[in-house]
Parts: sequence; C-alpha cells; structure tokens
Amino acid sequence: MFEQILFYAISAVLLVAAVGVITARNPVHGVLFLVLAFFNSAVLWLLLEAEFLAIVLVLVYVGAVMVLFLFVVMMLDINVEKMRAGFTRYAPLGILVVAIMALELGQVIWLRASGRNLSIVGSQQPDGYNNTKELGRVLYTDYVFAFELAAVILLVAIVAAITLTMRRRPGLKQQDITQQVSVKREDRVRLVKMDAEKDA
Amino acid sequence: MITIEHYMSLAAVLFLLSIAGIFINRRNVILLLMCIELMLLAVNFNFVALSRFLGGLEGQVFVFFILTVAAAEAAIGLAILVVLFRNRRSINVDELDAMKG
Repeated sequence: MFEQILFYAISAVLLVAAVGVITARNPVHGVLFLVLAFFNSAVLWLLLEAEFLAIVLVLVYVGAVMVLFLFVVMMLDINVEKMRAGFTRYAPLGILVVAIMALELGQVIWLRASGRNLSIVGSQQPDGYNNTKELGRVLYTDYVFAFELAAVILLVAIVAAITLTMRRRPGLKQQDITQQVSVKREDRVRLVKMDAEKDA
Repeated sequence: MITIEHYMSLAAVLFLLSIAGIFINRRNVILLLMCIELMLLAVNFNFVALSRFLGGLEGQVFVFFILTVAAAEAAIGLAILVVLFRNRRSINVDELDAMKG
C-alpha cells in the first residue's frame, strides 16, 4: 500500500515536471524542471530496486549533464520571446502525432498484454542482495568489451567537445611546440671566423 | 499492487510528453536537446522496469550504456550549440539554412 502511494505521488510530480520542461518560458526554468524530473525518476528506480542506476542518474545526470545544460543556457544570450513565437503554430500537428502514438502505445501495453501473463509482480530480492555488486560482476565479465567501448565513446566525446569549442584568438602569444622542437643548429648558431686580438 | 503496466504506462506518457515538446519547441535547439534527454529517460524507465519484472540484470546494463552515450551526446550537442551561437548569434532552428536542406 505504501509502495503504491509512493509510486503515484512521485509519478505525478514526474509528469508535472515533464510538462514544465516542455512549456517553460524561460530555458533556465526548463532545465530546473528537468532536474526535478530526473530526481523523481531516481526515486522510482529505487522503488524498482535498481539502486546503482538511481545513484548514477543523480550523480552523472543531475550533477554533470544538467549543470552543463545550465552553463550553456546561462552563457548564451537568447531572446526568449522571439523563440516562443511559433508555440501554437505546430501544436495541431504535434497533437495529432502524439494522439496516434498514444493509441499505439496504449494498444501495445494494455490490450495485447491482457491475454498474456505479463502482469507478473516482480519477486523481492533476497536479503543481502547487492545491486551494485551484481551489476559490477556482470559489467566486468560478460559485457567487458561493451564497457571498454563505452569508455572510448566518452573519450571521443571529450575530444570532440574540446576541438569544437576551442578557438584561436589573433594576437595571443603562445609557444609553437613543433617549431621549437624542429629547430636546427644552423638556424640558431652562426660561426664567425676572426683573428685573435692582442691584449691592450 | 504496482505492476509492469504501471511503469510502462508512465514511461509511455513521459515519451509522449517529450514528443509533444519537440513539436511545440521547434525553434529552440536547447529545448529540443532537453526533450531528447526526457525521451531517453522514458526509454530507460522501460528497461529498468522490464529488468525488475522479468528478473534479469541485462536491462540495467543496457541503461548504463544508454546513460553513457546520452552524456556523450549532450556534451557534443552543447558544444555544437556554443559554436553555432558564436558564429551566428542565434540558435533559432529556422535560421539554420546554411546547408539548404
């Protein structure tokens, strides 16, 4: 019973936050609503006994990605009112697409599942079960190749983000390492031949 | 009792909301990126719920990788956005017609 109340209350907050994300006039408010949505999802994932992913969602998503979003939103000087001009122009098309998708998803989830035995109640994990430990065991054995691939993807993302946003300002004095390394003796040293001089 | 249908319906509603968000915020790239994040969250919800109710850990492993790729996507997307704003002083989708698409 308590689980049910918790589920409905947190789901309601989650959906309100999602509505807030898509209708927020100010992008900063939108990002903050998104943070609220991620927090509530993390709590729901805790209800689903996915503790590790819930914590990762808060730490990585709220802690890093959303802060990145906030930085960018605050850094760019956007004319918000001009952006909202087309708010209602695309609404009919959007409502149509969403209605069709709602029908399809409802059919998949509710009608087709009614005949099958999908409505199982997940069994509670036994005492002493450690979600993080089990996930780590699977991740480092069965999925170790995919894990390393994910690391490479993150590296590529770092390199891409830095190369995209790096700019060279004219007039900025900096070392050119390749020029320094490839310098030859002839460029720097000049031998001069001259007679010895007598002491005065 | 909370069954799998409850969680999948919640994820479906979340997904539909983000699709509606993409349609009504067509001009602002930042809001489009935020709606994509919301979509990925809805998909992750399905994975976590199925992993719980069907009793396997594979769904959670999948969510882990989706989170990784989504973080990379957000970083690159925002970097592109910053470069775009630096060059054109605007992030309006309607004005991005340099490729004549």
